[in-house]
Amino acid sequence: MAETAKSKGGGAKTSGGRKRGRKDSPSGIGAEPPKDLLDYYRQMLLIRRFEERTAQAYTQARIGGYCHLNLGEEATVVGLMTALQERDYLFTNYREHGYALGKGISSRRVMAELYGRTDGVSKGWGGSMHMFDTQVRLLGGYGIVGGQLPLATGAALAVTYKGGDEVVMCQMGDGTTNIGAWHESLNIAALWNLPVVYVVVNNYTGMGTTVERSSAEPELYKRGSAFRIEGERVDGQDVLAVRDAATDLVERARAEQRPFLLETMSHRMKGHSVVDPAKYRTEEQAEEAKGNDPLAAFERQLTEAGVLDDATKKEIADSVKDEVADAADFAENSPHPDVSTLFDYTYATPVANESTRMPADPVFAE
Amino acid sequence: MSVITYRQALRETIRAEMHRDENVFLIGEEIGVFEGSYKITEGLLKEFGERRVRDTPIAEEGFVGAAVGAAMLGLRPVVELMTINFSLIAIDQIINHAAKIYGMFGGQNSVPMVIRTPGGGGQQLGATHSQNIELFYSFIPGLKVLAPSTPAEAASMMRAAIRDDDPVLFLENLGLYNSKGEVPEEDDTVAEIGRAAVTREGSDITLIGYSRMATVATRVAESLAEDGISVEVVDLRSLRPLDRETIVASVRKTGCAVVAEDDWLTYGIGAEIAASIQEGAFDFLDAPVRRVAMAEVPMPYAKPLETAALPSVDSITTAIHETLAAVGRRVG
Repeated sequence: MAETAKSKGGGAKTSGGRKRGRKDSPSGIGAEPPKDLLDYYRQMLLIRRFEERTAQAYTQARIGGYCHLNLGEEATVVGLMTALQERDYLFTNYREHGYALGKGISSRRVMAELYGRTDGVSKGWGGSMHMFDTQVRLLGGYGIVGGQLPLATGAALAVTYKGGDEVVMCQMGDGTTNIGAWHESLNIAALWNLPVVYVVVNNYTGMGTTVERSSAEPELYKRGSAFRIEGERVDGQDVLAVRDAATDLVERARAEQRPFLLETMSHRMKGHSVVDPAKYRTEEQAEEAKGNDPLAAFERQLTEAGVLDDATKKEIADSVKDEVADAADFAENSPHPDVSTLFDYTYATPVANESTRMPADPVFAE
Repeated sequence: MSVITYRQALRETIRAEMHRDENVFLIGEEIGVFEGSYKITEGLLKEFGERRVRDTPIAEEGFVGAAVGAAMLGLRPVVELMTINFSLIAIDQIINHAAKIYGMFGGQNSVPMVIRTPGGGGQQLGATHSQNIELFYSFIPGLKVLAPSTPAEAASMMRAAIRDDDPVLFLENLGLYNSKGEVPEEDDTVAEIGRAAVTREGSDITLIGYSRMATVATRVAESLAEDGISVEVVDLRSLRPLDRETIVASVRKTGCAVVAEDDWLTYGIGAEIAASIQEGAFDFLDAPVRRVAMAEVPMPYAKPLETAALPSVDSITTAIHETLAAVGRRVG
């Protein structure tokens, strides 16, 4: 189901009037090309298995630092990434492994980044929270909540400055709608008619604080109305609904040259990060998350629709299993960055008197 | 040569760079219709239009961050922050984003942008509008911080900043905008970032300053010359990278040093200079390095209090006399 908060033309008409979603469309799952459906299914399964492998590697101390997983958000991630054209730009928060895969980075290079190796997308400089690839136009996972919003807004400004037709998608979590950068960025994007789609991935909880305890307007898609930005809410557990809603807004942003807001609703299957046991959740809430597994639901739908038979299911499962194992092997065997490269990326333009001393080096070498 | 103000030097250089490179654009509060709080951008909206001169809402984090994002796509934004005090609202975008993006993503994407902003007290603007917090940015690897003291340097350093592929914090000073100096006609000099300059040679003592204090240092040196004291003046020009070699070479020659700084003393720029001198010229030092810095208070409004809080020709002169006394070679 999709609800919209239309506020074009000045009124604060924030009540959800329009309902739009896959189930209401005349086509339905039967009208979808099976090849596409299986492709979405494979991508979702890849994210699931990749993240499970990530969690395992983390507990084995192959991966360090903070590590936030997309478990439970597979439908959202695949739906959103399907909506983007190759030339469109993506900015995300720190929960972005799946987005990196979805935007077209190989699972090898994403896993190698998690392992901190030279073949990682960010050459081992970023880690879990900082995936980046100029080629596929993923312009960063960002670790500071809200940090990506002004950046994405400015990227959209650059697109209009150059007269391009790319759209910028800016993903964030539900907690981000309370930070100053949210208000400043949405205001600027609306004032300057920038082609950016802000996507709030609402998993009901910012770390351990529920949306209701942090946002005075907990229906987050309505929070664009202060800036006359049209907002829409979609079931984030339905890959086709997310794809359709996101495609619609991305293409409208491109055609109408203005910003939009999309809120996706899905459950976080684990804690905030790998090390979070999520003790603040009641058993009921944990069960609800488990019971709302988008991958299991999509698998069931595809099976019922006759798109996915046992043989295909096994074939995809094996292929994904192999890909993830290969990614982990690749990461394990990729070289650690050499310490001699420590000062390679401080400045893009070389500069006189840059300090390249190691911790115990004297400031003045004789 | 023509004699122009620091303000004119900035304006003419920015204007010429906008003509030279289509990707250079201006963004900030009140820079267009209002023509700039300090009129650095006067006339530029009329000449270049709204695409190149973009007025923003009062949203420092939003528009500084937008400039970072635009720079990531290859534009060369020149941001005006009305004063350096307001940079605190944008500090996440400056430190956590502009300064990090090149390194954090393994050198894939540079951030070619300039953040222009004046510091400086002495205008009776009170505690929140008189700070000299360039240290915050000088502390951060990934940023370059420039602090020109003369119109000629303002021009050549602005050219360097705009053409550089890294984020540059360009420190101006309210007390310098009306100062005059010679700038070559048809000048296209590009300053080298990361270099200090000995702006006046001397043999008795080294006096180090930057931005407004570099000009005060020159006045002190001229005045002491009349008493037969030979002061060598080092203008830091670049706060990051810091040109320690030039500082230390001077102190090795003179044997003693005073640092003049508009910021606060504790943990200030002068602390770093003094530490560098003790490490690079330990065997040459004949007296402790003195720092003349702002009194450690929130800047008061009342004029006598404000004047007393700021370093001056007199306070620097006193520190020099006391240092030379400690050295044991009194002059005059």
